[in-house]
Amino acid sequence: MGYMYVDGMKVKIEGEKNILEVIRKAGIEMPTFCYYSELSTYGACRMCVVENERGGIDAACSTLPRDGMKIKTNTPALQKHRKMILELLLSTHCRDCTTCSKNGSCRLQELALRFGVKQVRFENNRPEKEKDTSSKSIVRDPNKCILCGDCVRVCQEKQGLGIIDFAHRGSKLQVMPAFDMKLCDTDCVNCGQCAAVCPTGAITVKDETEKMWDYLADPTKRVVVQIAPAVRVALGDEFGVEHGENVLGKTVKALKMMGVDSVFDTVLSADLTVLEEANEFVERVKNGGTFPMYTSCCPAWIKYAENKHPELINNNISSCKSPMQMFGSVIKKWHEDSGDERELVSVAIMPCTAKKYEVSRPEFTENGKRIIELSLTTQELATMIRGAGIQFDELESEYLDAPFDMGGSGAGVIFGVTGGVAEAVIRQCSDDKSSGAIKEIKFIGVRGKEEIKEATIQALGREFKICVVHGLANAEKIIQATQSGEAYYDLIEVMACPEGCIGGAGQPFAISPERDKRAKGLYHTDERIQIKFSDKNPSVGYIYDEIVKGNSHEMFHVHYGK
Amino acid sequence: MEQNFDFKAVDSILEFYGNEQKNLITILQCVQADHRYLPREILEYIAEKMGISLAKIYSVATFYENFSLDPKGKYVIKICDGTACHVRKSIPILEKVRETLGVTAEKPTTSDMMFTVETVSCLGACGLAPVMTINDKVYPAMTPEKAVELLNAVREEDNE
Amino acid sequence: MMLKSREELAAYRQSCEAALSNQSIRVLVCAGTGCVAGGSLEIYKRLIELCEEMKLDVQVTLEKEVSHEGIGIKKSGCHGFCELGPLVKIEPMGWLYLQVKLEDCEEIAEKTLKNRQKVERLFYHDETGMYEKQFDIPFYKNQTRIVLDECGQIDADSIDEYIAFGGYKALERALFEMDSEQICTEIEESGLRGRGGGGYPAGRKWVQVLNQKETERYVVCNGDEGDPGAFMDRSIMEGNPHRMLEGMLIAGIATKAREGYIYVRAEYPLAVDRLKRSIDAAQRAGLLGDNILGTDFSFNIHINQGAGAFVCGEGSALTASIEGERGMPRVKPPRTVEAGLFSKPTVLNNVETYANVPLIITNGVDWYRSIGTETSPGTKAFAITGNVKNTGLIEVPMGTTLREVVFDIGGGIKNDQEFKAVQIGGPSGGCLTLGAGQLDLPLDFDSLKKVGAMIGSGGLVVMDEHTCMVEVARFFMNFTQNESCGKCVPCREGTRRMLEILERIVGGTGKLEDIDLLEELANTVSKTALCGLGKTAANPVLSTLKYFREEYIAHVVDKKCPAGACQALKVYKINPDKCKGCSKCARQCPVGAISGEIKSPFTIDTDKCIKCGACKSACAFSAVEEV
Repeated sequence: MGYMYVDGMKVKIEGEKNILEVIRKAGIEMPTFCYYSELSTYGACRMCVVENERGGIDAACSTLPRDGMKIKTNTPALQKHRKMILELLLSTHCRDCTTCSKNGSCRLQELALRFGVKQVRFENNRPEKEKDTSSKSIVRDPNKCILCGDCVRVCQEKQGLGIIDFAHRGSKLQVMPAFDMKLCDTDCVNCGQCAAVCPTGAITVKDETEKMWDYLADPTKRVVVQIAPAVRVALGDEFGVEHGENVLGKTVKALKMMGVDSVFDTVLSADLTVLEEANEFVERVKNGGTFPMYTSCCPAWIKYAENKHPELINNNISSCKSPMQMFGSVIKKWHEDSGDERELVSVAIMPCTAKKYEVSRPEFTENGKRIIELSLTTQELATMIRGAGIQFDELESEYLDAPFDMGGSGAGVIFGVTGGVAEAVIRQCSDDKSSGAIKEIKFIGVRGKEEIKEATIQALGREFKICVVHGLANAEKIIQATQSGEAYYDLIEVMACPEGCIGGAGQPFAISPERDKRAKGLYHTDERIQIKFSDKNPSVGYIYDEIVKGNSHEMFHVHYGK
Repeated sequence: MEQNFDFKAVDSILEFYGNEQKNLITILQCVQADHRYLPREILEYIAEKMGISLAKIYSVATFYENFSLDPKGKYVIKICDGTACHVRKSIPILEKVRETLGVTAEKPTTSDMMFTVETVSCLGACGLAPVMTINDKVYPAMTPEKAVELLNAVREEDNE
Repeated sequence: MMLKSREELAAYRQSCEAALSNQSIRVLVCAGTGCVAGGSLEIYKRLIELCEEMKLDVQVTLEKEVSHEGIGIKKSGCHGFCELGPLVKIEPMGWLYLQVKLEDCEEIAEKTLKNRQKVERLFYHDETGMYEKQFDIPFYKNQTRIVLDECGQIDADSIDEYIAFGGYKALERALFEMDSEQICTEIEESGLRGRGGGGYPAGRKWVQVLNQKETERYVVCNGDEGDPGAFMDRSIMEGNPHRMLEGMLIAGIATKAREGYIYVRAEYPLAVDRLKRSIDAAQRAGLLGDNILGTDFSFNIHINQGAGAFVCGEGSALTASIEGERGMPRVKPPRTVEAGLFSKPTVLNNVETYANVPLIITNGVDWYRSIGTETSPGTKAFAITGNVKNTGLIEVPMGTTLREVVFDIGGGIKNDQEFKAVQIGGPSGGCLTLGAGQLDLPLDFDSLKKVGAMIGSGGLVVMDEHTCMVEVARFFMNFTQNESCGKCVPCREGTRRMLEILERIVGGTGKLEDIDLLEELANTVSKTALCGLGKTAANPVLSTLKYFREEYIAHVVDKKCPAGACQALKVYKINPDKCKGCSKCARQCPVGAISGEIKSPFTIDTDKCIKCGACKSACAFSAVEEV
């Protein structure tokens, strides 16, 4: 492919789709608002402008690399244009930075600082628009929108939903749901990917940390927290820990320091899910049940299916509750049995924004009380840790609390990454339980960040076809393929977020290669855990014997549409 | 305002053109031709039928100037403010028409749903500037006075 | 009539020619948008009625079975002289009747149609005399009409007349005598450049499409003529639709495409109507559709009507709109020739460009290159409007000077005022000025580019000394910011801010810093906007700043509009020498800014005055003066 010259530096062209990627590879941090390598190129913010050999100006995101090409990324003219663009953006942007939830992580703020925008010579004469706080998961503040369209593209391209789109044009351009509806009135599935990609505070995840502080300060409350698998390999990002490092021990410690009574690991209830789902699968095979069977852990996927494919609900989709809700039932029962007189507040730390919606569903509410009171995101936990003044990176590890201090198996840990649920179920169903077989399963094709993966396994004396997808747009493709008879699968794992829960919208924002490191972190943890099979986890036995006591159907399964 | 829409007519439009996105604009034009605007209920119906997100349809409908999401009057008056018309004083005509009908840029339709007043950036009839159209019929060499006369004539004709 | 071979077409052409020569008198009533608005359709109907009453043999179509002579009465396309419409042309005499009224019909029928006499009062008159023939009138005499030649000469709705006038001969040649490569080469060698704006060589585009690996290709015609003040494409679509279809067909053969799309502005309902009927007629004649003239070449043409968005004139926005999306330009690459409509290789040219193609194929490269300049061969249609005596649609060889256009064809400035400047190329263009000595500038792609202007689609607005250039810039900026799609930041926010500044300046509240800020903004917008329209949005500002900076300064520093055009900067004063103290002005003043005692001079309180001018028009003694 040849070489090009970036500010005089010779840089090899290695199949990059645009010169922006080449420039970044050369170590120059080109400013962008509307560019994500994983979405289509939009080319609207014009921040990544570069000067070509003829003195002309091109946007790097939409210029092909060419052998021998010479470009400059930082000339006085470019600096002037970038500053002017920033000034124009700031001039119509709400500038209450200090009270913005994106303060410190806002790209507009960061670039304004970087390029030294010291004045805004235009009056902000846009009429103020109303905030939309109707969603359980997401807050939309149009006054902070810079119209980069990242949210529009992620919702359309990755999730196939198109809940929000551009409306009107020119200086009246806005991003909004159809007819400026409230988000809660749309088919939004609460995946939060729009908030994840939003460079400013225009779309943010609902902040519920205040509620949590109140619970913690209330002596009549027994605050019990569970931590999802994917949280442990992402929380560290917020505190300068190596990307993908498992920080479960530090997280437990931090939670305890903030006053949490008991800290448990959702990996354990993932083990429960593995067993229940594997059982269900085997039952279906034996009794000629409905296929394909879809996984049910992802609440955004459940909501999507309810909206678009009600025929799959309570039918193809596994009746298993999500691991979070399974643990919720266990914690509730355990608390009731414990005789503790305080009121239970069950909290989940999740990589997910849709969990905020899931905990509010009527199916997971008993007598007006939620089984899980509150679902906080990884980022909200980070906010709390910072708020408490805890030096997270210097913390010593602490163990989980009894009686679930054993945590979960390796099979439960990998729930946090795309393909993990399928792999865990396969492991469970596989005829061969040797360590060699486990290693083999690794390579049948369920691992890796490809958006649609297929695998075939040998179990129960026959061959099964498995499909693993992430992104709801991909899920739709698979649904169409199976419903049209174009493809056949026995088991389909669906996760709404990129690469599964590690790319959840509640996580510190990361794209590859950082995100890949989280997957590695989880697989690495699996390797280090002695117990590889969910049913070999002694805590699982304890739960079934001492807590579930034959009520597994009631405690671990759900019928949607209650 | 409760209204029952004729979804059968929409069905036949959809059937004639087909459910692909490339026909969306033409379909919207047909709907607007029938209703003089794009009723929300019909857009929702189309979204469902065509399998296109409602936000996308709304996004297309709000992009183009000719689509209206609010009901328009029986007579749509367009006053050209293209270069030629502008230099030959189209703005006083616009102002006079608005004043006469009691409408504004924000509220372009009379409350009796008779008239909607719009501007258009060029009708390509520059030799006749300033021009005005009523339901696409071009009226050349307008003056504020002539425009008012025309409005009265339209009203009278409508009464008959 | 489904023509299945070249021979059948030739035979058919002969019968059309014969039928045409049977018509001893042909009456062409202009049915362009302008003349229709003036009542030309009623005139058309009336003339037929009158002839029938007089028992004259009227033929409204080419009647091939009739062996005797008759009078043909037809609706033609736009003659271009819209201001003096409705126009009625009498052939073969070449007489042109102007501003014909319904009442004139009887005289025309009696004198001209029955007795072949002139109705002199309907001829063109000016200070140099009377002109009976259309092409003797100075407005026409100095033009070279090759693309618009048949607009006004033939029945726009009749494929037969088009064929009789030699139509579809170029298709014949392309289909039977040339292969795709040869056509591309011929178009390339002719030097034909896209008439829609940038002037990109059409042939080069075609070759690029021809050489794509993907075999599904499209031919798209841009008829989204949105520049205010330009209507040449409309005239062609309305006046000679088959010429354009033939051009698209040839493009189809040249690029091995099977489908064509015409995107027409919503504001052109008549053009849409004529195109639809022409496509029908061509299909019925076997000139469109499957196996055209018995060959293995098949080609269909679809019409897409725009829905009101100027930006759809930009190529990628136009294709997005055909695809049913918001018409927002997208980034390039991929280029339209590689992945345009439906992400397939696409030839995209405008109406006028396609209308040139049959001429080149029929008359050859040498003929074509003999017109116009070395780098811009051929002609260009301009819509000439503004403060000029003769407004309308004209066609001149590329390289004709501005002076020839404005003075020889346009007849000079209206009311004998001084020429100041022309705005060329609409909101994307710039101005050419007297001060910069650009009156003798040849109008062609390269000369204009050199001075920071562009032909654009060919709008030419002539401005006299009373036109304020800041106001002109404001007018165009208002247009562009209204039509900005809003996608990229510089255009969306930049045009809005430029407009605000320009409004301040013409409103009298501008500051000196505003001019610098305006220039800074204009630079960023023109350098960094996403699409061609965004990049050129600042041109009116940049070019007026370049040539008329002192007018800007006068507005902000002296609070004066040198052209005396900006209402907010006018100061009304009562000349005490002329004022008789009648109090009429005071009674007319809507804000009570005028006071005084009866029979002694009144005065205007300039702080209260809203500069509406009511006093000035009220005063019978011309005592109220603008200063």
